Amino acid sequence: MTLRMAPQAKDPQLLQGSEAIADAMIAAGCRFFSGYPMTPFTEVLEVMARKLPEVGGVCMNAESELEAIGMAWGAAATGTPSATGSTGQGLSLMQESLSEITLARLPLVVLNMGRAQGDYYQATRGGGHGDYRHLVLSPADAAEAIDLIGLAFDLTERWRNPVVVLGDYYLAHTARSVTIPAMKTRETPEWALDGSSGGTRHAKLISPLGTAKQRDDVGYDIAVHYADCVAATNEMIANVEPLAEVESTDDAEIIVLAFGTPGAYVRAAVRQLRSDGLAVGFIRPITLFPFPSDLVARATQGVKSVAVYENNQGQMLDDVRLAVLGNAPVHFIGGLSLDSSGFGIAPDLEVSVLVDRIREVAAR
Amino acid sequence: MSTYLPTDNPPDEPSRLVDDFVPTLIDVGAHHLCPGCGEPIAMRCVMEAIDERELTARSVAVFGIGCYTAFSNNLDIEVLQALHGRAPSLATGVKRSKPSTIVVTIQGDGDMVSEGLQEVLHAAARGENITCIMLNNGVFGETGGHMTATTVLGQRTKTSLEGRDAALHGRPILLSSLLAQIDGTAFVARGAVNSAGNVARTKKLLLRALTAQEQNAGFSFVEILTMCPTGWFIETEEAPDYLNDNLAAVHEPGVLKDVLGQ
Ligand SMILES: Cc1ncc(C[n+]2csc(CCOP(=O)(O)OP(=O)(O)O)c2C)c(N)n1
Ligand code: SF4
Ligand SMILES: [Mg+2]
Repeated sequence: MTLRMAPQAKDPQLLQGSEAIADAMIAAGCRFFSGYPMTPFTEVLEVMARKLPEVGGVCMNAESELEAIGMAWGAAATGTPSATGSTGQGLSLMQESLSEITLARLPLVVLNMGRAQGDYYQATRGGGHGDYRHLVLSPADAAEAIDLIGLAFDLTERWRNPVVVLGDYYLAHTARSVTIPAMKTRETPEWALDGSSGGTRHAKLISPLGTAKQRDDVGYDIAVHYADCVAATNEMIANVEPLAEVESTDDAEIIVLAFGTPGAYVRAAVRQLRSDGLAVGFIRPITLFPFPSDLVARATQGVKSVAVYENNQGQMLDDVRLAVLGNAPVHFIGGLSLDSSGFGIAPDLEVSVLVDRIREVAAR
Repeated sequence: MSTYLPTDNPPDEPSRLVDDFVPTLIDVGAHHLCPGCGEPIAMRCVMEAIDERELTARSVAVFGIGCYTAFSNNLDIEVLQALHGRAPSLATGVKRSKPSTIVVTIQGDGDMVSEGLQEVLHAAARGENITCIMLNNGVFGETGGHMTATTVLGQRTKTSLEGRDAALHGRPILLSSLLAQIDGTAFVARGAVNSAGNVARTKKLLLRALTAQEQNAGFSFVEILTMCPTGWFIETEEAPDYLNDNLAAVHEPGVLKDVLGQ
């Protein structure tokens, strides 16, 4: 099989966020992708359908999100680096499988190309059943998305736990000049299924119920398996470094937080206020889980107030409050989009509007 | 006619318990399913067919959720445990990313026809090169005998107490008949395990389905009617005849489609 290599690291290209994400997945070694169209996830699926076969991969236009996640689950079980995704609604449909894939300890990258930012709870808490957590990465632009896609495939391989990349409408549809990294190849893990362990008296088993076999005189013991899963989750949480972009927090009296694309707008507003002489700082959590709580706690010690911008009714707000732990008042300066397109493009994502809201918090 | 062992002339060989009998590719012979259950017999047929075709070191079985799930950690072939109803999409992911594997799903009627009907229909329409196997006992056995989409009219379950009534509960779906009409299917057949003859015939159907998959001929499907005395609320020894008179009278055994050359 001849593989047509993706562009090497040296060629910058003008790409839409969706295409950058798709190219980054292929470069990161993704060889199976399944999805069901839904804006703004659709374009990622379109690009994968076009480009994945060129490198010997498989892209499936599944008949529903239930099948999309099922197909990705099957492919992941063969050790093929796999990804799926949707928009928040499609992710809602996938939740039962997302829980159980995690309990089956399989790697999978899951894109949530959200519309506005209303899927923060869904991504960070998970909408499924049981004791599980997903790592959640939130890029602010296409260039960062490329890096985080690479990180997502590394983390999911290392921890055998799904990793969610939470994007948004702006990310998907904004074109930027970006550089796709060189192609990475990944080893097939030893636990992967290919049929070959059959008849050895140690045939492999991948199951959310556990991997103990009846012949070993135990069989499934769900309590033991779930306890093992919790231990693995805790080890993952303890070892995955929380990431955040931090700017001018040292002498700040007010700290403003935002995530995803809106983070870039809030950062611009904070820079403008700084140049006007206001002691304001900026934190943009990049790993939404694990949340950079220690960093936020340290940065907000002794500040006058904290402001949170989100394009929703206030969800990350909870994590910020938990991190700040009452050391300063936390004000919500975001809100739901009133945009009639239904895609959640916030009319308040305008630097002058954000500047005014931060000034209001400063004046309190 | 009942058979008995004459006690005045005992057999030479020592008596055997179910634990002593370990079928091909099944790790532990003793199972925790009810006495008289048809599912262990069906599982044995599947494993013997895989063994006979020498597919043991290429096969992956994807399990649904039902009483048969008790076998998912008791086989000497590779197993991927799926959710209730979702085995065909997982099987698709396995087969598409590792085309050299032989992929079979093991699902029940509740799993495949009630919870996951669209999964199996789409896999069939895609002509997915997998073999789906449905153990059809006309009830949710595992939950305690509730009506499924294949429960026959008149059958009493905990959710159709006076018997399934077409006006109240709708009519059963005959999945094999439905699948036989779909272009992507290469082989569709219905067997049963309520008699030695039917067990032997069912094994032949399974061998044929595996041949279809080996030849990349398209989607293959074997429905196996199994006894569930517990979920049918009858005596164990009545179950084979009950299967014959009720289930098999509606879901008729036979080959419904076979596009393979002889
Ligand atoms: C999403 C979901 N809903 C319900 C159940 C509960 N449940 C477990 S087994 C089962 C019925 C299985 O019926 P069938 O597939 O016919 O297998 P049988 O037990 O008859 O062999 C149900 C409803 C479940 N596990 N998952
Ligand atoms: S309930 Fe029915 S299907 Fe389940 S083990 Fe008992 S007899 Fe078998
Ligand atoms: Mg059943």
